[in-house]
Amino acid sequence: MKYLCLAYEQESKLASMSREQWQSLREETLAYVEQMQRSGQLITTWPLQTVRNATTVRVRNGQLSATDGPFAETKEQLGGFFMIEARDLNEAIQIAGRWPSARFGSIEVRPIAEGLPEEGRYETN
Amino acid sequence: MKAPAAIDIRRVVDAVYRDESRRVLATLIRLLGDFDLAEEALHEAFAAAVEQWQRDGVPDSPRAWLVSAGRFKAIDVIRRRARFDASLHLVADELYAEADNDRDDEHLEDDRLRLMFTCCHPALPADAQVALTLREVCGLTTEEIAHAFLTAPSTLAQRIVRAKNKIRDARIPYEVPGRAELPQRLESVLRVVYLVFNEGYSASSGTELTRHDLSAEAIRLGRLLLELLPDPEVMGLLALMLLQESRRTARSTAGGDLILLEDQDRGLWNRELIAQGSALVERALSSRRFGPYSLQAAIAAVHADAKTAAETDWAEIVGLYDVLHRLEPSPVVELNRAVAVAMRDGADAGLRLVDAILARGELRDYHFAHAARAEFCRRLGRRAEAREGYEQALALARQEPERRFLERRLDALRGA
Repeated sequence: MKYLCLAYEQESKLASMSREQWQSLREETLAYVEQMQRSGQLITTWPLQTVRNATTVRVRNGQLSATDGPFAETKEQLGGFFMIEARDLNEAIQIAGRWPSARFGSIEVRPIAEGLPEEGRYETN
Repeated sequence: MKAPAAIDIRRVVDAVYRDESRRVLATLIRLLGDFDLAEEALHEAFAAAVEQWQRDGVPDSPRAWLVSAGRFKAIDVIRRRARFDASLHLVADELYAEADNDRDDEHLEDDRLRLMFTCCHPALPADAQVALTLREVCGLTTEEIAHAFLTAPSTLAQRIVRAKNKIRDARIPYEVPGRAELPQRLESVLRVVYLVFNEGYSASSGTELTRHDLSAEAIRLGRLLLELLPDPEVMGLLALMLLQESRRTARSTAGGDLILLEDQDRGLWNRELIAQGSALVERALSSRRFGPYSLQAAIAAVHADAKTAAETDWAEIVGLYDVLHRLEPSPVVELNRAVAVAMRDGADAGLRLVDAILARGELRDYHFAHAARAEFCRRLGRRAEAREGYEQALALARQEPERRFLERRLDALRGA
C-alpha cells in the first residue's frame, strides 16, 4: 500500500531555530530519508517553499482567480511531504512517527486511493 | 548454496516471507525488546535478503539468517539514530554485546507462544487483544482487520498504537507465563481465538467471504497453539471450532436464512472436520483436566454423531451440560441445558426450567431465553404464550437472520 505523508509544522518555530539546531535537524532528516531509500520504503519526498509563496487557484462561473495563501489561519502549515510504500497503515504510522519533524509538528498519513472509483468519490458512512 | 536468477530470488523471498516472517518477528521482539524496532528490523532483513541471497545464494536456514540479519540491522538503525540522540549509543552497545554472546536457537519455537500471550495480555483492552493477535501473530494488515470488523482503518490503527504503547509503558513481559499463572492467562488467549472465530462464524454483517476468512484464521491459530502448547483446553477449543465449522454450509440457506440444527441437511456436514474435532474431544476428555471448551466441543460432537436429528443422544447432552454447569455455572448454560432436557423429557420439563431462570430475574434481556420459552409453548399448544414469547425475542434480537427466523415463527402462529 502507498501512503502520502504530509508534514505540517509551524514555520515560525523553524525560523527561530539556532543555526546548530537547524543543522542537526537537517542532517537527521537527510539521514532518515537515506535510510528509507535504502530499505525501499520511500517513493518520493520534497520539502516545500514557505506558505508565503503559495497561491490558491479557483475557477468559479468560468472565471479564474488566483489569491495568496492559504494564510496562516491554522497554526501549522504544510512544509513538505513524503510518499511511502508500507505493509499497512500501522507500518506507515511507524515510518511517519520516525520523521524528525513529527517531534514538534504533525504528520498526516493518507492512504493512496487506487484511482478514481466509477461509482462515486468517497464512501459515506 | 546456489545463486538463482533474480526473478527466482523474489519468489523465494516472498515464499519465505509468507512462511517465516511471523516467526522471525516473534524472535526479533524478544531479542530487541521492542515491537516497533523489531518490525523495522524485519523489514530491513527481508530487504537485505533480496540483495544478498541473489549474490551468495539462499542460506540453508533462511529463518536463522533473517533473525541474525534483523538483529544487526536493528543495531545499525539505533547507531544511526544515536548520532542525534547520544543516549542510544548505550542501547546499541548492549544489543551488540548480546548478539555477540548468544547464538542459541532454543527459544525460537517458544517465541510465537510468547507473542500470543503478550498480544492477549489481560492488561490490554479486549478489542486491542484481538487486533494485535491478528496483526502480529497472523500477519493480517490493519486494513484487512478493519474490513473484517467493519471498523475504520484509522480507528483500528490507533487501537494497535495504543496497545503497543501500553505494552512498552507497563513493561508487559514477553514470556509464556509460569505454571501458577498459566491457566488464567491461557483462558485469555483462548477467548481471543474464539472471539475471532465467532466473528467469522455468525454471519451478522459484512461480506460472507471476509467473515469466513476470520474463522479460518482462528482455526489456524488454534492449530498453532495446540502445536506449541498441547493443553486439554486448547484441544477442546480447536475441536469446538472444527465441529462448528463442519456445519457451515448446512446452517443457512442461499438467501442467508438460519437453518436450525434439527432441520439441517446432515449430508452437507464436513466429515473430515468432524473426524478431526471428535478425535480432539476424546483426547481432551481422557486427560481429565478438561474445561468448558472441551465440554462444549463434546456436546457438539454428540450432535455430529447423530445421523438424524431424532437419533440425537439427548441424555448424553444433558449429562454434559450438568458437568459444564458445575464447572462454570451460568444462566446461559442452564438455558441450553433446559433445551436439551425438553428434548429428552418433553417441552413441559423444559418450560419449567426456563421459567425458573426468568423468575430469578436472569436472562430477561436475552432473546434466546424468550425464543426457547416460545418454542416450548408452541409445542405444548399454548399459542398465545408462544406468540408473546416470540414477540419479546424479536424485540431483543439484533442479527438480521435471527430476526427473520423469529418473524417466520410468528407468521406461522398467526396464520394457522
